[in-house]
Amino acid sequence: MEFIATAADYLLGIPFLGLGTQIGFVYKALLLLVTLLLFVAYVLLADRKIWAAVQIRKGPNVVGLFGLFQSFADLMKFVFKEPLIPAGADKTVFLLAPLVTVLLALSAWAVVPIAEGWALADINVGILYIFAISSLGVYGVIMGGWASNSKYPFLGALRSAAQMVSYEVSIGFVIITVLLCVGSLNLTHIVQAQQEMGLAHWLGIPWASFLNWFWLPLFPMFVVFFISALAETNRPPFDLPEAESELVAGFMVEYGSTPYMMFMLGEYVAIVLMCALTTILFMGGWLPPLDIPPLNWVPGAVWFILKVCLVFFMFAMVKAFVPRYRYDQLMRLGWKVFLPISIVMIFVVAFVLQLTGWGWHGGMA
Amino acid sequence: MTLPLFFFYIFSAICIASALMVIASRNPVHSVLFLILAFVNAAGIFMLAGAEFLALILIVVYVGAVAVLFLFVVMMLDVDFAELGKGMLQYMPIAIVVGIIFGLELLMVAGSWFITPEVAGGSVLPIDAGVENTRALGQVIYTRYVYLFEAAGIVLLVAMIGAIVLTLRHKPGVRRQDIATQVGRRPKDAVEVVKVESGKGI
Amino acid sequence: MTELLSDYLPIVIFVGLSGVIGLALLVAPFIIAIKRPDPEKVSAYECGFDAFDDARMKFDVRFYLVAILFIIFDLEVAFLFPWAVAFRDVGWFGFWSMMIFLAVLTIGFVYEWRKGALEWD
Repeated sequence: MEFIATAADYLLGIPFLGLGTQIGFVYKALLLLVTLLLFVAYVLLADRKIWAAVQIRKGPNVVGLFGLFQSFADLMKFVFKEPLIPAGADKTVFLLAPLVTVLLALSAWAVVPIAEGWALADINVGILYIFAISSLGVYGVIMGGWASNSKYPFLGALRSAAQMVSYEVSIGFVIITVLLCVGSLNLTHIVQAQQEMGLAHWLGIPWASFLNWFWLPLFPMFVVFFISALAETNRPPFDLPEAESELVAGFMVEYGSTPYMMFMLGEYVAIVLMCALTTILFMGGWLPPLDIPPLNWVPGAVWFILKVCLVFFMFAMVKAFVPRYRYDQLMRLGWKVFLPISIVMIFVVAFVLQLTGWGWHGGMA
Repeated sequence: MTLPLFFFYIFSAICIASALMVIASRNPVHSVLFLILAFVNAAGIFMLAGAEFLALILIVVYVGAVAVLFLFVVMMLDVDFAELGKGMLQYMPIAIVVGIIFGLELLMVAGSWFITPEVAGGSVLPIDAGVENTRALGQVIYTRYVYLFEAAGIVLLVAMIGAIVLTLRHKPGVRRQDIATQVGRRPKDAVEVVKVESGKGI
Repeated sequence: MTELLSDYLPIVIFVGLSGVIGLALLVAPFIIAIKRPDPEKVSAYECGFDAFDDARMKFDVRFYLVAILFIIFDLEVAFLFPWAVAFRDVGWFGFWSMMIFLAVLTIGFVYEWRKGALEWD
């Protein structure tokens, strides 16, 4: 049985020590998964701490030093809570919804390059894969809202679906403008393109590599992407699906115990993914901000994580002090502001690139 | 059995089973969810055939967009199942005719592989192995197949206009936010400072 | 196994592992937590009294319109992906053919805007 041999080869990671540095995929996948979940646990804490600090509170500070173990305490609490399934609910779909949310949120991470060559799966169509997975995120919400058979979740699910779908469009267009400059769907190539060409090379100061990154030439798209990412992940100020003042908790009203926690986990994993995507598309991924000795000795993964934290800090600050949108304003922003801007920008970027014969945007071949 | 073959059987088995469940399940929302499962597995089969771009576009467009619309429609229609069952027999003859035609067409396609196996490869553009398939598609769609491409654009335009004409109804008497007016408002338009002498009203 | 497929194997493994973790989280409280359901606990969330009818009601056709418009723009994005990747191979001809495509859809977009399909009421 060749199949069993192949499967064993991949699953058990036999070339663990035998073939150079090639570690079995399973170990890599587990490592990524555990790191990611730990990171999300602390991102959650950071979110609460930042929010608290803005409101001059202390935030969680009891469990562990400075509340460092708060997320784990919460996990324990959720696991020991009584799981309830509403009497009128569609049981299968009701339980499937949180599972789908978590599964989709996590699976997008399989292609994210943390540093050069540090992607679990460095596929040709990485960005398209992430785009596809994030466009499925709406299902967890719709399924949860519909299966609960309760009015608040149903309305929340509808709102959420329409909202996510609207901002998906602008995210798609923003990605296209970046791809025009890169010429590849591979996430590693997208980062490398920000290293090889750009404004800093053009100005003759190649060490100032933060000027090379796409956030500068594509600044309007950077802003559109950041705001769309907020809307796509249902973050405040676009958290209408779970607007507690009108819909209690939106599609999650009927959920409790770990199914509820899984929705929150999925949401935060998706948020960190959006931060990572912003980092890769606009902030040079794992590249150091200044390509000079003390800084470029730091490993790429550290820069990547720092940048993700920076973007998340912006997410958290927005949550802390921007008032919530009204639903018609939200739809207006998506369809009447971002969509026209991004279509025009596609034209402008493509025209400039074609006219200058790739000018200072070399990109990857 | 090799690993790709193993995955092929898994994907096709789930695909066929969920396609059956689409028509067998009593609840239309479950039908749509099974349809989504079938789409995802079909994408898996595309992937095994090496068509990574098509596989992911299948997910983006069909699962991410079309199935969302289906779910909306099914959730919105408020379907009465007893009523639905009655109409079934009435449409059965048409359904059978369509089914037979479709089956025959599939047979013809499959039959042509057996009769002239060399035809199958004939119409395919030569593929440069060094070029990933998204790029290979891009190189031909916008140049060689430009008319088809523009026709696709026109089909999308018709779909857009059609959807608006069919579904758009405005509620009368809705007050909307006009941001230009809001921003353009000045204090002197809204507030008047009146010096009121004491003991007298305005 | 081709190189292309071996690129995707880690994804399958990763998705499988996350499925296991997700399932474990989902099942855990059903095994270890107390379960004492009563009719009040499992009733739908409402203000005080039981709901009069099924919660899955008809809703505004506008959501349906948003979904259709989304399909159209999503397809547009789908067409843009290969264009962006092959952009430097297709030259000015490819550039203008995409611009005509975008212009046709912009006509639709302008129509949509003028008709007020983007208004939310």
